[in-house]
Amino acid sequence: MTEYLQILGQEIYKIIFLLIPILVSVAMIVWLDRRVWGLVQKRRGPNVVGPFGLFQTLADALKYIFKEIIIPASANKAVFILAPIVTMTLALVAWAVIPMSEDLVLADINVGILYLFAVSSLGVYGIIMGGWASNSKYPFLGAIRSAAQMVSYEVSIGIIIINVLLCVGSLNLNDIVLAQKDLWYVIPLFPMFVIFFISALAETNRPPFDLPEAEAELVAGYQTEYSGMMYAMFWLGEYANILLMCAMGSILFLGGWLPIMDIYPINLIPSPVWMILKILFLFLLFALIKAIVPRYRYDQLMRLGWKIFLPFSLIYLVLTASFLFYFDKLPKVDI
Amino acid sequence: MIVHSIFFYFFSVIAIFSSLMVITSRSTINSVFFLILDFISIGCLFIMVGAEFLGMILLIVYVGAVAVLFLFVVMMLNVAEQKQSWFIGKKSTHIPTGLIVSVLILLELLVVVGGWKYKEDLMSSSTLLLSDVSNTHQLGLVMYTDYILYFQLAGIVLLLAMIGAILLTFRERIGVKKQSYINQISRNPSTAVELIKVKSNQGVKIDD
Repeated sequence: MTEYLQILGQEIYKIIFLLIPILVSVAMIVWLDRRVWGLVQKRRGPNVVGPFGLFQTLADALKYIFKEIIIPASANKAVFILAPIVTMTLALVAWAVIPMSEDLVLADINVGILYLFAVSSLGVYGIIMGGWASNSKYPFLGAIRSAAQMVSYEVSIGIIIINVLLCVGSLNLNDIVLAQKDLWYVIPLFPMFVIFFISALAETNRPPFDLPEAEAELVAGYQTEYSGMMYAMFWLGEYANILLMCAMGSILFLGGWLPIMDIYPINLIPSPVWMILKILFLFLLFALIKAIVPRYRYDQLMRLGWKIFLPFSLIYLVLTASFLFYFDKLPKVDI
Repeated sequence: MIVHSIFFYFFSVIAIFSSLMVITSRSTINSVFFLILDFISIGCLFIMVGAEFLGMILLIVYVGAVAVLFLFVVMMLNVAEQKQSWFIGKKSTHIPTGLIVSVLILLELLVVVGGWKYKEDLMSSSTLLLSDVSNTHQLGLVMYTDYILYFQLAGIVLLLAMIGAILLTFRERIGVKKQSYINQISRNPSTAVELIKVKSNQGVKIDD
């Protein structure tokens, strides 16, 4: 029994040392997002609290903690409180399988990519629950929009993942990274990378697809009735999800923790640094797009998802499969 | 093994409890949430016996897609508190139907379990090998060789169901403006702008 307790203790230790960096980096990423947004619009962005305004998010978080949590009288109390918790938990739980280097991973499971996909597809529950439990028009409309949007774009993300898996022949995230040792998949599967990126924007409700919280139409969408810490949890969960999508993109297409070239001075840099750089690169793209692209209309969003991305990624899947089959490059299983 | 069995009982107690709550809870929304909990704990049980692929697929398909649709329907229809008319109402025709269906399901389960127990080569397969290959690979090897016909047939059945559902709910709506992207992009000033002389005291009709 003591043995099990020891293992349990070790795991908890590992989990804490995974969670703290993620939460800190989420705070930093919020700052980066606002900063980039400001710079693109020729503003300064947050630059007052701490050096370069780095502690702005911390100050915001403190403010949220000390604010009162207001629960609407007509709300379904249990579901209302559960919703931000679900969002936050699901956003953090997915990080368990993200490999930062060959052995720096909390759970190196066989079906890592399916786990990521499953957890990201559960993310819609937090939003639906929050929107429904608020018992008010705008949150409900926002929740319905967001559920429809996330379910639609998940389909194309799934097919894009199948594209990559066809080339790798394994569902393990470390195997996916190692298979890109010679060539990052962003080169042969470039169209898929673009579609993945756009679908990730839609999946995380980022502009130009932030219709669930379109402030001109729906006040703040599903989080209209939330205040204080519960709002902050939605917000943290959202950004943790964005980071997760960036990590997923860098694992699937940009070679994860692999260095950019395997030659002498470059490959001395440890692999977590490469992973972080790639996540940051993708996040910068997210932030830039938020600043420069106007919002889509809802029917355009649905059309893009179902009528363009889905057929295109299906055709590309057939192409990839035929190419691999014809040139006998399909991954082999040794039995 | 003790930790393993603790986990097993943990998940199975949750699964049984939540499946009971699905049929007994008064509010339909709560039923759906308990159904989701049930799916998740059964997914965990799948993972515990080593069928990680099936567990994840259960999570993705049932929790990630099917239950979302359930939730949608329940929220949209606003079936608030269920009145207990199913059991109390005088013309309750639900109980016989329910009984017939559940007895049928029980018989089917008996047939399946019995067949599996007493006919040893029921699941025989030339491709099923017990080796170090992960169970995703094994599933693929079995499904795409021995059972390829059934697999494809299942796909066709699902496709037919999808087409049927679309046909049943499809209705042509009149008077809805549709945006044609090709027309919109190929517009140029000569076709888009028109100069009209408006007579005084008479309106002009634009946009037909």
